[in-house]
Amino acid sequence: MQLTNRSKQVSNKEMTLMERAYLPAIATGLAITIKHFFSKKVTIQYPEVKRYLGPVFRGRHILKRDEDGRERCTACGLCAVACPAEAIQIVAAEREKGEEKLYREEKYAAVYEVNMLRCIFCGLCEEACPKQAVYLRHDEFIPVFTERDQVIWGKDLLVEDMTNRYTREAWTKEEAHALDAKRASGEVTNVVPRAIP
Amino acid sequence: MDLIEFLVKTATIFVVFVLTLVIAMYSTWAERKVAGFIQDREGPNRAGWGGLLQPLADAGKMFFKEDFIPALANKWLFIAGPSLAMLTALLASAVIPFGSTFKINGHEVVLQGVESNIGILYVFGVVALGVYGIMIGGWASNNKFSLLGAIRAASQNISYEVAMGLSLIAILMMSSSLSLGEIVAQQHGANWNIFYQPLGFIIFITCSFAECNRVPFDLPECETELVGGYHTEYGSMKLGFYLFAEYINMFISSAIISVLYFGGYNYPGMDWVYSQLTQALGSETGHNIATLIGTAVFFGKAIFFIFFYMWVRWTIPRFRYDQLMNLGWKKLIPLAIFNIIITGAAVLFLKPVITAWLN
Repeated sequence: MQLTNRSKQVSNKEMTLMERAYLPAIATGLAITIKHFFSKKVTIQYPEVKRYLGPVFRGRHILKRDEDGRERCTACGLCAVACPAEAIQIVAAEREKGEEKLYREEKYAAVYEVNMLRCIFCGLCEEACPKQAVYLRHDEFIPVFTERDQVIWGKDLLVEDMTNRYTREAWTKEEAHALDAKRASGEVTNVVPRAIP
Repeated sequence: MDLIEFLVKTATIFVVFVLTLVIAMYSTWAERKVAGFIQDREGPNRAGWGGLLQPLADAGKMFFKEDFIPALANKWLFIAGPSLAMLTALLASAVIPFGSTFKINGHEVVLQGVESNIGILYVFGVVALGVYGIMIGGWASNNKFSLLGAIRAASQNISYEVAMGLSLIAILMMSSSLSLGEIVAQQHGANWNIFYQPLGFIIFITCSFAECNRVPFDLPECETELVGGYHTEYGSMKLGFYLFAEYINMFISSAIISVLYFGGYNYPGMDWVYSQLTQALGSETGHNIATLIGTAVFFGKAIFFIFFYMWVRWTIPRFRYDQLMNLGWKKLIPLAIFNIIITGAAVLFLKPVITAWLN
């Protein structure tokens, strides 16, 4: 198997006079490095400039709401069970009369906490969720924390903000694969990201 | 009068000292910047604009680290090592001519710390002492790797000093003077020694790479074989002194190269510039400004050679030890001797012919 076409056969034959003088080879090397000295730099100035990490990046957690702004989570606890790092804590509660605008179903999570020191961003909660409520955002990181009380994130930080919804081109693996295939064949070029799974 | 002369000399020495330190300090920044640029990166750019405060940050870090002396090390020699390295590195800049003269109220001030008639010998003596700093530090660490690094440094410096001295003899044969000021003055305009001594220049610059322990001759601190070389046991500002001494040496040797081979403060068309300036601004101000231009040219050359040192560092891999010794003893020394013979023959036979033909 040929891995590269730049490989050269190694030999230990006697060097010629030109090679033993070193200087021509050094001059060639210097020419190469000075070319790189003036070439465009590849560095991305990270905190100021952020690079798009692709649609499959797993970053900050979000608890989705539906189109009417009701929380999707029913506190079934499957995410907490699926979590290999045991980072998720849930306390379930029953929906009272008059709260139909807030919660989609009769049961909801009164407390939903993610311990950001434990979380390994594996995305298993996302896959376990039967109600498509919990997602890891592809466009945002967990900001750096310096205090202990910033570590455990409650619902105030996790639940989606309806004025600034999280949008995605595809919400499931199957959908993403189908989209990729369509893109490759040229069937679609422009996909509008949508907020509802 | 004597007091004034003393004060003027003190001021000159102080300026030279500060300049050397500042240039060495910013060489550390430039080294990292050049390394970054050559490797398609940006280099340090967080501390200050373009990372210009980086040397201060590094020095601050070095000062605040624990000043550790190993239990079984020889304490006094352990401290003497870096001090000696720093001292010898700084001493050499005293005799370098940075420019021609300043005229202040009719008095002429030479832009040179000490005008000595054995200037180049003084530089060689001080540079040869530099290896003691490394040797003492390496031995006093009581560590086999340090000692090996120090021995490497010593043998390498001694080997390459021979070739360096021999390549210099050709210059001295042409100039018939050991004074650096005299050697520079003889290269007036574009009459630089590089045009007469290209081979000598190549030998000299190779040897100065070896003397400064720079890549491709940085075997004393070859980390793949010797952990950190002679400064393995050092930390804090003592390590900082070793590294800083290396950068000072680099500046000194760049300055010496530009003095010996590239005409120091001389540049083509300097007579025309001088006459224009003296006509326009009077003999005193014009003279001073012409001197300042010459000094700027000198520093430009020196800084180019510092850049060349870095450029080579990020291009060439390290020599193996036997290759290093073969290159030093079997190639550079015979070449230097050959160069002396050729120069001698040219001075004896070719020079009268050419001068007769020109006249």
